[in-house]
Amino acid sequence: MDLNMDLNAPHSMGTTIIGVTYNGGVVLGADSRTSTGMYVANRASDKITQLTDNVYVCRSGSAADSQLVSDYVRYFLHQHTIQLGQPATVKVAANLIRLLSYSNKNMLETGLIVGGWDKYEGGKIYGIPLGGTLIEQPFAIGGSGSSYLYGFFDQAWKEGMTKDEAEQLVVKAVSLAIARDGASGGVVRTVVINSEGVTRNFYPGDKLQLWHEELEPQNSLLDILNSPSPEPMNI
Amino acid sequence: MSKSVIEMPPKGGFSFDLCKRNEMLAKKGVSPPSFRKTGTTIVGLIFQDGVILGADTRATEGPIVCDKNCEKIHYMAPNIYCCGAGTAADTEAVTDMVSSQLQLHRYHTGRESRVVTALTLLKRHLFNYQGYVSAALVLGGVDVTGPHLHTIYPHGSTDTLPFATMGSGSLAAMAVFESKYKEGLTRDEGIKLVTEAICSGIFNDLGSGSNVDICVITKGGKEYLRNHLQPNPRTYTSSKGYSFPKKTEVLLTKITPLKEKVEIIEGGDAMEE
Repeated sequence: MDLNMDLNAPHSMGTTIIGVTYNGGVVLGADSRTSTGMYVANRASDKITQLTDNVYVCRSGSAADSQLVSDYVRYFLHQHTIQLGQPATVKVAANLIRLLSYSNKNMLETGLIVGGWDKYEGGKIYGIPLGGTLIEQPFAIGGSGSSYLYGFFDQAWKEGMTKDEAEQLVVKAVSLAIARDGASGGVVRTVVINSEGVTRNFYPGDKLQLWHEELEPQNSLLDILNSPSPEPMNI
Repeated sequence: MSKSVIEMPPKGGFSFDLCKRNEMLAKKGVSPPSFRKTGTTIVGLIFQDGVILGADTRATEGPIVCDKNCEKIHYMAPNIYCCGAGTAADTEAVTDMVSSQLQLHRYHTGRESRVVTALTLLKRHLFNYQGYVSAALVLGGVDVTGPHLHTIYPHGSTDTLPFATMGSGSLAAMAVFESKYKEGLTRDEGIKLVTEAICSGIFNDLGSGSNVDICVITKGGKEYLRNHLQPNPRTYTSSKGYSFPKKTEVLLTKITPLKEKVEIIEGGDAMEE
């Protein structure tokens, strides 16, 4: 019956989320595991949610809280865009998130990273961790897997990277965190936002680079008995 | 005497005070009255023409099976159905409520309901009650934008997936789906896979049992296959049936037909004080 109690635990996204600026825009990255206790409820979730055409948010912490907060902010930003008459800035989006997170700090459990591009400031990343502080950073990491990445970013981060360098850095970082954090896993999703628009990329878990002591994926010997082997899910 | 906490007037919104009281009582050893749960295995999957939902039919009250053939696939809209796990009263009430809201919305807009509408209505309601409405749902349907399948958890988070399982038997059913699901299943393959997954829950999970219900939703319409499979028939029924012992005296035999006769009076008098 222990299993039952675990399945009723609130959904938390163990998570690794990352936001990085480069010269021309931002790259957001996340893993895809949503867990309820010890069970993986969704192994292919999308933690990078759209707020406006040019601003996206990475969600971590309680799945319900983060989904609702981003839904409310998307609604407020839509109204704001209509009233303003032009696309909302990343700073406004981040501030709306911060207002909700700070005023409801006793009820909510969610850490968010807001990233986007606007014509006034260019690419910007804002981190809004648990208490509801708002901090503008050149790069931000969050979630349980981020503990394993502080040292990595201290060494690997540089100013003025190109788009490909930044995206490779994000993919490498999420992949390292997945290797060490039990609550992160699945696939790596990235979103690149710059003046030209938004590009979503997807890196399946078994195609990532292998780290220390990680083994090559082995096909089960049962596959010899039941050929052909099952096809991977297309997302 | 200054208090460190100032008494604030109630702000409005739902008051969770009684929930805290219940938790405190539970810690002291006072057990709450047992309520009916649907232990449950519920599943859904997307196949080439639409969505197939499946559920078992056992409802439990603590360790007792209180309903051997209950219906867990609830109607939301002509093109949307919802399977419910958790407290039976909560799943019934929340699906009925959102089904009515969807009908009113259909009258207002003049259009077929969309699955995301039902999803948003359900998740907002469940989030507002912070997980105390114990309803875990698998929502599936086909609308103008295509087939959709979502899972909704009691705290209000949702996932969008090509195949999903919920309830106490979800691990057994997910094992079947993870090994046999592929994209572009035909209707028969899909029904077979869903039946296998529910049977896996029925036979391997104590909270699930009895029969398999299936609901197939496509653009053309829906097919509700109630008791599609009955792998637990009642065996050992006596062929003699029941008869009263010979010495029982019959005192009275009265047969009352259960039809009501209703008279309609045309042009009756108006009510007067």
